[in-house]
Amino acid sequence: MRERSAAAADLDAIDRRLINSLQGGFPLSERPYAEVGAGIGLDEDEVLRRIGRLLADGVLSRFGPMFQIERAGGAFCLAAMEVPEADWARVVEQVNRRPEIAHNYRREHHLNMWFVLATGHPDDIGRCAREIETETGHAVRLFPKEREYFVGMKLEV
Amino acid sequence: MDARDPLDAIDRRLILATQDGLPLARDPWAVVGEQVGIGADEVRARLQAMLERGVVRRIGAVPNHYALGVVANGMSVWDVADAVIDAAGERIGALPFVTHCYRRPRALPDWPYNLFAMVHGRTRDEVLAHVGKIRALLDAEHPGALAASDVLFSSAILKKTGLRLRN
Repeated sequence: MRERSAAAADLDAIDRRLINSLQGGFPLSERPYAEVGAGIGLDEDEVLRRIGRLLADGVLSRFGPMFQIERAGGAFCLAAMEVPEADWARVVEQVNRRPEIAHNYRREHHLNMWFVLATGHPDDIGRCAREIETETGHAVRLFPKEREYFVGMKLEV
Repeated sequence: MDARDPLDAIDRRLILATQDGLPLARDPWAVVGEQVGIGADEVRARLQAMLERGVVRRIGAVPNHYALGVVANGMSVWDVADAVIDAAGERIGALPFVTHCYRRPRALPDWPYNLFAMVHGRTRDEVLAHVGKIRALLDAEHPGALAASDVLFSSAILKKTGLRLRN
């Protein structure tokens, strides 16, 4: 992480303006990068060059559309497992290799593995959870969302 | 568009073509359109329609919290009285350091928490200070409504790919 934090220190004021402006809505215009640049005093090629560099340096983890798959018939579900240390590496591998796992975090709690399942159909959430239970030998607890109050980044740099 | 089948085959191809990111080209829509087999104008029109339907939440950049020095993240979880949880959730979700805020069912007996708020900070102490602000907000606006809370700090990112639809 130390190297990556150094990347943050290398950001100049223009990078910061660019990152902040890209967290809003990217324009669906014919020349969107030119439009973004016009708002912050950069030309189109410089916007493209800088976004490419920020992605390559890992300052941006992604650039593009963020899909809310529930609105398209799919589903997301938070899930957690209590994984004994002795089984940890095996279970991480078994869980992570599934394409349905969008992200997975270790957390300091007796429920020590927390991941998000993303599937093209809601029925696949339960099926995937059961498959993980069978494969790993440990229970998968599902924490479905009942209501969303906020999702967003709000990361001013 | 048919409400029972909100994603047609072209939309699906459009998601597959852009879920890894938008092309860094002067006309990214033309590049995507070439992959999907439609014109740039149709790419823009379909993305606009998906934005309006909420299938696309937004188009933009996802900063890497870690690269920006925001390395601490705590999933704060709260047992809030059902009568006030929605009011409380809206207020907590609007706090600048909360990136995700959801109501989820309690899973008794060992999981009494029904409100989840993801909190980010440069250090654990900063996360804990933010969590303290959430507690103060709940105490001030809904006295007695909070029964229990916890913070689950992340100690490792095991995977972070985001949504991946399969072909």
